[in-house]
Amino acid sequence: MTMAEPRPLTAAHPAAAARPVYEIARLSKTYARNSLTALTDVNLTLHKGEFVSVVGSSGCGKSTLLKIMSGLLPPTTGRVVLEGKPVTGPRADIGMMFQQATLLPWKTTAENIVLPIEIREGRAAAKAALPRALDLLKLVGLGDFANVYPGELSGGMAQRASICRMLISNPAVLLLDEPFSALDELTRDFMNMELQRICAEQQSTAFLVTHSLAEAVILSDRILVMKPRPGRIVEEIVIDLPRPRTLEMINTPRFGQIVAHIRDLLGKEAFQ
Amino acid sequence: MTANPDPNVDTVWVEKVALIDQIPRWAAMLGLAVIVIAIWELATARMGWVSPIILPSPGETLDDLIFVGKNLLSGGYMLEALWTTTRTVFWAFVIAAGIGFSLGVLVGETKFGERAVMPYLVAIDTMPKVAFAPLFIAWLGFDIASKVALAAFIATFPIVVSTAAGLYAASENERMLFKSMGASRLQTLFRLKLPTGLPHIFTGLKIAAVGVMAGAITGEFLGGGQGFGALIRQSASQMDTPRVFALILYLSLLGLALFFAVAWLQKRLVFWNKADRPGGVG
Ligand SMILES: Nc1ncnc2c1ncn2[C@@H]1O[C@H](COP(=O)(O)OP(=O)(O)O)[C@@H](O)[C@H]1O
Ligand SMILES: [Mg+2]
Repeated sequence: MTMAEPRPLTAAHPAAAARPVYEIARLSKTYARNSLTALTDVNLTLHKGEFVSVVGSSGCGKSTLLKIMSGLLPPTTGRVVLEGKPVTGPRADIGMMFQQATLLPWKTTAENIVLPIEIREGRAAAKAALPRALDLLKLVGLGDFANVYPGELSGGMAQRASICRMLISNPAVLLLDEPFSALDELTRDFMNMELQRICAEQQSTAFLVTHSLAEAVILSDRILVMKPRPGRIVEEIVIDLPRPRTLEMINTPRFGQIVAHIRDLLGKEAFQ
Repeated sequence: MTANPDPNVDTVWVEKVALIDQIPRWAAMLGLAVIVIAIWELATARMGWVSPIILPSPGETLDDLIFVGKNLLSGGYMLEALWTTTRTVFWAFVIAAGIGFSLGVLVGETKFGERAVMPYLVAIDTMPKVAFAPLFIAWLGFDIASKVALAAFIATFPIVVSTAAGLYAASENERMLFKSMGASRLQTLFRLKLPTGLPHIFTGLKIAAVGVMAGAITGEFLGGGQGFGALIRQSASQMDTPRVFALILYLSLLGLALFFAVAWLQKRLVFWNKADRPGGVG
């Protein structure tokens, strides 16, 4: 294998033909408290079934972008539209996952998974959703842990349970803020492959914030590269590695080439 | 130490276990009790270093323990006094828990409580609360009510502080989770903040259990009445030191009972807060 003829990294992406799910245009965010401009002129569209990641150094506005997309934070200017409806607050069709699993320790795994339903529709609806929670637990390989308290789950298992909690309300988009960065590396690799499988099975539209370039490349159809001060998207990279992705692809020249390209873009200061 | 150690000889280096780690806990406690009582016996009955009015001998104390115990078991006037004190302690604890919890929620959950109410609570808390006893007696008389008030007054503050601290205990991530699920303020309070804060709240309740005992007895010292505190004061004024010792020991059983009742409730309610929980919170 030679690296003689590198394919261009920025090209039209195949998913563009699919239906747009999430549309963001001319988005900017200036925090009122300290007049800090965290985002400026962000434009992006997520298409049905697409997996998009955003990478960038810490402080470049990734979490801000995700909070705006999840309806937790109002934008200063711009268009933020999910499934044709403007996002003006938290919504049931937005699934979120955080760095910590944040399972409630006084609820069983299954009860934790139906928590979003309990909050939105009440206890009866939550109870009715328990069979579906069981199906989801089987999907992530936790079929035997439905009635166990989170204290007995390992870190990876807890994050898998929080994937189920995110999926229980059939969200139109999954927003993932460094979901596995608190896990050890081996578990993290495994969880990334699980995430890929689950997203493929559910045909999810997913948006991942990460600061691991390898994680972004192995999971994504597209990567958005952000730079700070003020936070903005400087480049969009289409990942043309075939699917399903495997961990072995990390050793391919193409993979190395993509990672090197992003690292160049971010500059030396970014990942120290 | 030789310059050329034999390759067939194993390293001999035995891990040492400290002597105290080899003794079971009950044996250590019993041992200490035996030592203390032996010195006590020596200092009083055997050598007479200490006057019996200041410190009675173990034997005299035991005699009084038995006497008081018999009176309690036979339903004598001491049982009546203990019952009065028990009622005082019980009601004071219930009132302190109710008011303390409510104020704690006000302070921990609302900006008004945090900014406007908390400074006053801190100011009152720094006062010597026992000094309010004459006021309570003036307002409520020499009956049980003034003692309940003083005991409750003393025990309320730790519950306020621990409840407010408990409400802050939920992590940023958990709050964000509830926000992203569209939870209302009340839902977040009852389904996240209060359960998360329970261990804190129980810490406050345990401190209050101790405080309520101190308050009730102080009230009975200062305000007279029918309680165990009055009995203790009476015996002390008659220089009946062994009786005072015996009464204090039985009184401490009441305090222990309240403390363990709270601890038991905590164990039942906060069942998840035992092992380390990598997947759970905090
Ligand atoms: N609530 C806030 N108020 C004011 N400034 C904030 C707030 N949250 C984040 N920022 C600032 O906005 C910038 C982007 O932060 P963030 O979105 O958390 O970046 P990232 O997730 O990429 O590390 C940072 O400079 C940060 O200090
Ligand atoms: Mg961040």
